[in-house]
Amino acid sequence: MLVIRGGRVIDPGRLDGVHDIWIESGRIVRIGNMDEHAEPGDENADVIDASGRIVVPGLIDMHVHLREPGYEYKETIATGCAAAARGGFTAVCPMPNTNPVNDSAQVCRFIIDQARSCGAGVKVYPVGAISVGLAGRELAEYGELKSAGAVAFSDDGNPVTNGQLMRRALEYAKGMGLPVISHCEDLLLAGKGVMNEGTFASRLGLAGIPNAAESVMVCRDVALCELTGGRLHIAHVSARESVEIIRHAKQRGIKVTAETAPHFFTLTEEAVGMYDTSAKVNPPLRSAADRDAVREGLADGTIDVIASDHAPHSTVDKDVEFDAAANGISGLETSLGLSLALVKENVLSMADLIEKMSVAPARIIGKENGIFEGAVADMTIIDPDSSWIVRADSFCSLGKNTPFDGWELNGRAVMTIVDGGVVFDASKSGL
Amino acid sequence: MGLSTRDVLDIASLSGEDISLILETARRMKEIFRRPVKKVPTLRGKTVVSFFHEPSTRTRVSFDLAAKRLSADLVSLSASTSSMVKGETLVDTVRNIEQMVPDVIVIRHSSAGVPHMLARHVSVPVINAGDGMHAHPSQALLDMMTVLEKKGRIDGLRLAIIGDIARSRVARSDIEGFLKMGASVVLAAPPTMIPAGVESFGVDVTYDADKAVSGADVIMMLRIQKERAASFLFPSVREYALRYGLNAERLKLAKKDVAIMHPGPINRGVEIAPDVADGKHSIILDQVENGVAVRMALFYLVMGGQWNAGD
Repeated sequence: MLVIRGGRVIDPGRLDGVHDIWIESGRIVRIGNMDEHAEPGDENADVIDASGRIVVPGLIDMHVHLREPGYEYKETIATGCAAAARGGFTAVCPMPNTNPVNDSAQVCRFIIDQARSCGAGVKVYPVGAISVGLAGRELAEYGELKSAGAVAFSDDGNPVTNGQLMRRALEYAKGMGLPVISHCEDLLLAGKGVMNEGTFASRLGLAGIPNAAESVMVCRDVALCELTGGRLHIAHVSARESVEIIRHAKQRGIKVTAETAPHFFTLTEEAVGMYDTSAKVNPPLRSAADRDAVREGLADGTIDVIASDHAPHSTVDKDVEFDAAANGISGLETSLGLSLALVKENVLSMADLIEKMSVAPARIIGKENGIFEGAVADMTIIDPDSSWIVRADSFCSLGKNTPFDGWELNGRAVMTIVDGGVVFDASKSGL
Repeated sequence: MGLSTRDVLDIASLSGEDISLILETARRMKEIFRRPVKKVPTLRGKTVVSFFHEPSTRTRVSFDLAAKRLSADLVSLSASTSSMVKGETLVDTVRNIEQMVPDVIVIRHSSAGVPHMLARHVSVPVINAGDGMHAHPSQALLDMMTVLEKKGRIDGLRLAIIGDIARSRVARSDIEGFLKMGASVVLAAPPTMIPAGVESFGVDVTYDADKAVSGADVIMMLRIQKERAASFLFPSVREYALRYGLNAERLKLAKKDVAIMHPGPINRGVEIAPDVADGKHSIILDQVENGVAVRMALFYLVMGGQWNAGD
């Protein structure tokens, strides 16, 4: 038996107060308040003192790249899951752009088996491909993928350029009750762009990617969502126009959800500095107006989810010409720390933040996640105040590519609990 | 007094004093050209490695000649003669070059920012010989030198730059350099060729070439890349030549003593009419000559040289 004592338990809409939680056989068996002087009820119980800490339903990062199979030099399922545990995540959803692509039950099962056997303890809910080989030509077998454990479909990284395919994907996935996650990018508008279009790109002589490369596709997909009645989830929203389109769509009752990543509400295109490839990401870091619009979108509920778009790369991919450098930020281990700043800056309440990092992603991928008697004991314990320095070279992730190296962040996960077992404990990790 | 920076990566990182020092040094270097023996022993025993990762004739020859006239030892590499064709990364190639202990590395690359990246990895001065759409500082310096020579000043002059500004490293460096030295700048191009965020550049912008030409003291015509029509930047070479090309008719709008520049190589009959390119206002060939002098000055200054009259 495990007892988590004296923490502020926040399960948005359900609980917010100081409670003790008893866990047995992987499930929450009791929530209450023990007498301070009384024994926990079982002398064999492990007692975790969570006073001054926040206890929340396990954080879920619904947009990560674990790179395995195929790109194990960038990340493996084991290292990615270890990074997730350290970042406070009890579950992650890896995108299908592996090699081979996760467009079949076999690959989907392989990913889940690797995650189970790697010992990191984090749950992995794979995202299957929208199209076979991410090639945009034929639908992947959604039924098979769902049976194997896929929780959504996406061609992330390869936008679906064919509107008819996107329509059918939304329709067909509706039959499975699963969402389609859209990487919104008009490849022709993005052209050879490598950073946000604007003054900074012009000064650096880098080809720019306009906001419209994203927003025209958000517009199309919202229209297709309305047409089909399917479930659309917009990945990594970066542009203010996209926020506005999604807000309007929600007002009209269209079933669209959206996510953004910590780098979009934290950084602007200025982070590219003098060709710093750790700030090269797709979609690109945008202007201050876009960053502010993303924060507004989070605050007013337009953006449902914070997901890191964890995109680990090796120096082979990043320590090259800016034009040639791979897109992406290794985000699992900084996501919570960066997101907690939104609470400090009064953009979100703590409950709202937990909603966007835990409850909402669980709802979108159709998994139960909460703190109540009988629930699966997936929980994250957060120290909201401890100050720490980001050290990329000590990441669990093989991807050390982060523009936040050396940043001082406030707040972090101190314990990650999956199925009642501790998979990360900061006090035992020398942190 | 020397340069305030170790490297010459772009005009933005040079101060006005740096630019003046380079131009003055280049003026003195040019005197060497008129001697019977066009070579001085100043950089004897120094090694220059020039690495051209992108095709170039004029700039490459100019840097090579500059090194030779100062008696430096010169190693010239291009992407096709280096191990990069065998898959070696740029950083590895350059780290290997550095083990050969050069005193300066000259780099031309098709990707913006590569000279900056190299400068972070090596311990010797790096001179940018043109990087992607970003910067071409030695070109801007030779342009300023040529204008200074012809007009006696840069301060207060009006420079018109006509062409694909958005994709031109020459335009970027000229804008930064001429503004820094007190000139005003007007850009003329169709809107498809004006960079995003141009309003922060401190220049005037017009879509009408006639407006840019009238009132200009100096006109810089940029080379138009004909294949860019396929990117929908302009409908045809014919229409471009008519609306933005510098021909005798359009030149009538200019000041009587206007000077015409071009970074070369020129497309005769496209951005510039043959009679204008060869006409009395053209200082295009002066630019080429001054290019060698400017690059000699850069070698000399980045290798710690201080010019004094007795040298």
